[in-house]
Amino acid sequence: MASPVLPSTLAATAAQLAAGQLSAVELTRAVIARTKAVEPRLRAFNSFDESDALAQAAAADARRAAGQGRGPLDGVPIGLKDVIAVKDQPLTASSRMLANFISPYDATVTTRLRAAGAVLYGRLNCDEFAMGSSNENSAFGPAANPCDVTRVPGGSSGGSAAAVAAGEVLAALGSDTGGSIRQPAALCGVVGLKPTYGLVSRYGLIAYASSLDQIGPFGRTVEDVALVLQAIAGHDERDSTSFRTEIPDYRAELAARRGPWKIGIPKEYFGEGLDPEIGAAVDQAVAYYRSLGCEVREVSLPHTPYCLDTYYIIATAEASSNLARYDGIRYGHRSQNAKDIVDLYFQSRAEGFGAEVKRRIILGTYVLSSGYYDAYYLRAQKVRTLIRRDFLEAYREVDALLTPTSPVPAFKIGEKSDPLALYLCDIYTIGVNLAGLPAINVPCGFTRGGLPIGLQLIGQPFREADLLATAHAYDRAHDWNQRRPNP
Amino acid sequence: MSSAPQLDIDHVARLARLALTPEEKATFAAQLGSVLHHIEQLARVDVSGVEPSAHAFAVNNVWQDDVARPGLPVEAALRNAPAQRDHMVVVPKVVE
Repeated sequence: MASPVLPSTLAATAAQLAAGQLSAVELTRAVIARTKAVEPRLRAFNSFDESDALAQAAAADARRAAGQGRGPLDGVPIGLKDVIAVKDQPLTASSRMLANFISPYDATVTTRLRAAGAVLYGRLNCDEFAMGSSNENSAFGPAANPCDVTRVPGGSSGGSAAAVAAGEVLAALGSDTGGSIRQPAALCGVVGLKPTYGLVSRYGLIAYASSLDQIGPFGRTVEDVALVLQAIAGHDERDSTSFRTEIPDYRAELAARRGPWKIGIPKEYFGEGLDPEIGAAVDQAVAYYRSLGCEVREVSLPHTPYCLDTYYIIATAEASSNLARYDGIRYGHRSQNAKDIVDLYFQSRAEGFGAEVKRRIILGTYVLSSGYYDAYYLRAQKVRTLIRRDFLEAYREVDALLTPTSPVPAFKIGEKSDPLALYLCDIYTIGVNLAGLPAINVPCGFTRGGLPIGLQLIGQPFREADLLATAHAYDRAHDWNQRRPNP
Repeated sequence: MSSAPQLDIDHVARLARLALTPEEKATFAAQLGSVLHHIEQLARVDVSGVEPSAHAFAVNNVWQDDVARPGLPVEAALRNAPAQRDHMVVVPKVVE
């Protein structure tokens, strides 16, 4: 089926809008047509509001016509993962628990995108409460990978990655607790940035694991991601973990910071379990950095084998606490089959949550329970200190670390049914969350079967400008991001 | 953590206020048993003298001036309540 194809990148689109070659309404109409054409096969969106998007676009055109344009995002449709609050729109976390929830307020990132003029377009599919690595845990059905609709887009921000890859939006926001931006970006062949913990406000983000969660952008290029980060980064008094730090002009810094960088290759990230085609593509990228004059050296992050266990203790503990609020009383699903108030909690939660969420609540409750707290939770928090130290130690020698993002390319929907097998998809991404670091997925090739491969660059805390510039040096010189899947 | 972990699924589900079917109990106990078995390897890490990290960066109390400002109107706050009456959430009888 023929469907209109959008301009190639957000940056190119912004230039066309600024030059008056394209109106925001025309652009939004094209986005809506594209969405309608591919959604029956992709299911990247949980919902989208056509008339609301067109009204926002018309307002953007009116601003520009009056000489009051707000910059590169003004009039550009951007999708939001369905865990980020948009006032008067559904907010479901892909859960039956919140199937009928309408958000009474905007998240801070939503407020900031509005201020930048973006057309907030649709709520993107994800794993339920952002728990998963394949998007198969969505209560509304799994999103598909645009490169092969029989395969997963990754998760938990699978809809965000799929929508950008398929050209349904020019950029999107996701959230990343253990790899939920970077891994789907890798599996769908787009750029995805997980910022430093504290750079972007979490106010209005549905909480999964609060000490790890961070909102970040998806785009087709590193430059596009820099443009979106510009709009959402910065201190917010409504998130007490948000950090006061100077926000540079990220796009300008892409060109200003030219390296050469010292790049570390953590040997623990290239061992057993890594798909050989992915290993070879990442090696090619390393060779490219060498050709730019970068010094590349092997480094060690010795506590890497303990990241997965540390993550699943801390994340599930925090999740069990955060999800205690879903009790069927003030909002969310309320069971009609309860015999008294206490039974109402048990039944509402049983009916509202899916299997993976229940599993993680059980595990998290267990590791926090009396008699086990020290052995599991406290020990995991100490190992977390050691994991973070590993990274900071490595940064005494190098500027950035380069690894594969995912050990495997996109797998078939339904292929991995064992929870532990799915948890292993995150082995290269979770250390970054435990250490609070910024990291980015950049497309770096395709398998012989045509599935995208991504590399991960890990940067130093609050030095996104350096990380983006390092990533841009590769991204601008390669055309992996030019391939446009047509699902 | 040295002995094989035993997860009492009934006890933990009760703590979590989560009703599970017999099938869910059997499946989750088996799946989480293998996850807990994997987690056992953390016992091998030497953590003596290591401080725990609750966050990646030291987070201190953040204070704001105690100044009243507008919040959500009652209608907006109650918009998603499953049952409401006279600006209040209706719940099943708590006291017999």
